[in-house]
Amino acid sequence: MGLAKRIIPCLDVDEGRVVKGVQFVDIRDAGDPVEVAKKYDEQGADEITFLDITASHQDRDTMVHTVEKMASQVFIPLTVGGGIRKVEDIRIMLNAGADKVAINTAAVFNPEFVKEAAERFGSQCIVVAIDAKKVSKEGEPGRWEIFTHGGRKPTGIDAIEWAKKMTAYGAGEILLTSMDQDGMKNGFDLGVTKAITDAISIPVIASGGVGNLQHLADGVNLGGADAVLAASIFHFGEYTVQEAKAHMSACGIEMRID
Amino acid sequence: MNTIAIIDYGMGNLHSVSKAFEYVAPDVNVIVTSDAEKIRSADKVVLPGVGAMRDCMAEMKRLNVDSLVREVSVDRPFLGICVGMQALLQHSEENKGVEGIGLFSGNVKYFGDELKEEGWRLKVPHMGWNQVNQKIDHPLWSKIDNDARFYFVHSYYVPANSDENHVVGQTRYGHLIAAAIARDNIFAVQFHPEKSQHSGLQLLKNFAHWSGKL
Repeated sequence: MGLAKRIIPCLDVDEGRVVKGVQFVDIRDAGDPVEVAKKYDEQGADEITFLDITASHQDRDTMVHTVEKMASQVFIPLTVGGGIRKVEDIRIMLNAGADKVAINTAAVFNPEFVKEAAERFGSQCIVVAIDAKKVSKEGEPGRWEIFTHGGRKPTGIDAIEWAKKMTAYGAGEILLTSMDQDGMKNGFDLGVTKAITDAISIPVIASGGVGNLQHLADGVNLGGADAVLAASIFHFGEYTVQEAKAHMSACGIEMRID
Repeated sequence: MNTIAIIDYGMGNLHSVSKAFEYVAPDVNVIVTSDAEKIRSADKVVLPGVGAMRDCMAEMKRLNVDSLVREVSVDRPFLGICVGMQALLQHSEENKGVEGIGLFSGNVKYFGDELKEEGWRLKVPHMGWNQVNQKIDHPLWSKIDNDARFYFVHSYYVPANSDENHVVGQTRYGHLIAAAIARDNIFAVQFHPEKSQHSGLQLLKNFAHWSGKL
């Protein structure tokens, strides 16, 4: 008896449509994030994450509408990320029905924003997203740095120190993406995952690089992650969330299985 | 028509709670309101809450929601959720001490930064799906499996041994914690039924059709 590890399918949303493609045989409108989220909910997803990848002003209203629709039909936790820059952005998303918001670049430029957000809305709904890239050379002890703008801009900030600082500032959870691994399908960067989960007291979601089900299990068993986030392995119908849970469970990981 | 009033005192995501009720009980009129008269005339009342108990209690006191809760929780089905459960206790150690509404005895405690179980460090907040052991039979557990998982997110907890006779559901996370407390027509849960998929929706459905009797 205990807390289960979580599987979180992630949807990249642009102008109210899922991008990067989602292929479910039985969903005619493959691009509707709510329909896709419902499918994952039926498969046993523990949470859903929407990442608003354009996050223009106009797009924000579309996202709010999508979140409202999602919250009236899917009854598992929803995290919304992308373009969360102000307290007002958080308020709008929570009121629409999101349970958590993921703050990324805005935290790097203004760490006080995380503190303010946690004080205002509670740590439980503040996820700090960290995009980390390995900067140590082969043979050196592992060192990772925070990058912004989709991994293009280095900041000089050490990823582990940053995770500690964000915890102290009131983050309730860390969404850790390895920019080296993202899209490579070679598995999570277990080095940075383990280093950060060991360094902080709040839950860590591992992200970036999942290509098969063993990668998910490794993220928990070897990386120490509390939750694993994946996109493409579910979107393209390679695996269902059920299959992922069955595999992780067979690897000795406690999962929520009905 | 049966009316469920969800008390709006400016704290948290009330949309999800009301949508979940609308989903499971289309025959019930669900209102989200801060209007004391509307709450008094409702058949059932829900007290939600997220974030810090200090902030929740401060808002409740400012809007006289605390005394309203004492009044309406006497004679009709009443459901507290998350901080809405914690607020029903006498006291919380959050923020150097906060007085609660006091419908149940006991204190709300902090998990601590060094929470451990069998030598393993546990993360705080307690976030995710954990099993709820139905310690005492109750109409709101109807059609829900014993040890079913519900979604929790909290850093403070009610020990399962405080006000022991009223703890109807318990969960283990470093300590044995109260997942649900109940007395007469009052039921309160630490987890979020509105985010707990089938089991959570069943609990809300049970509440929507509950007479308040055991």
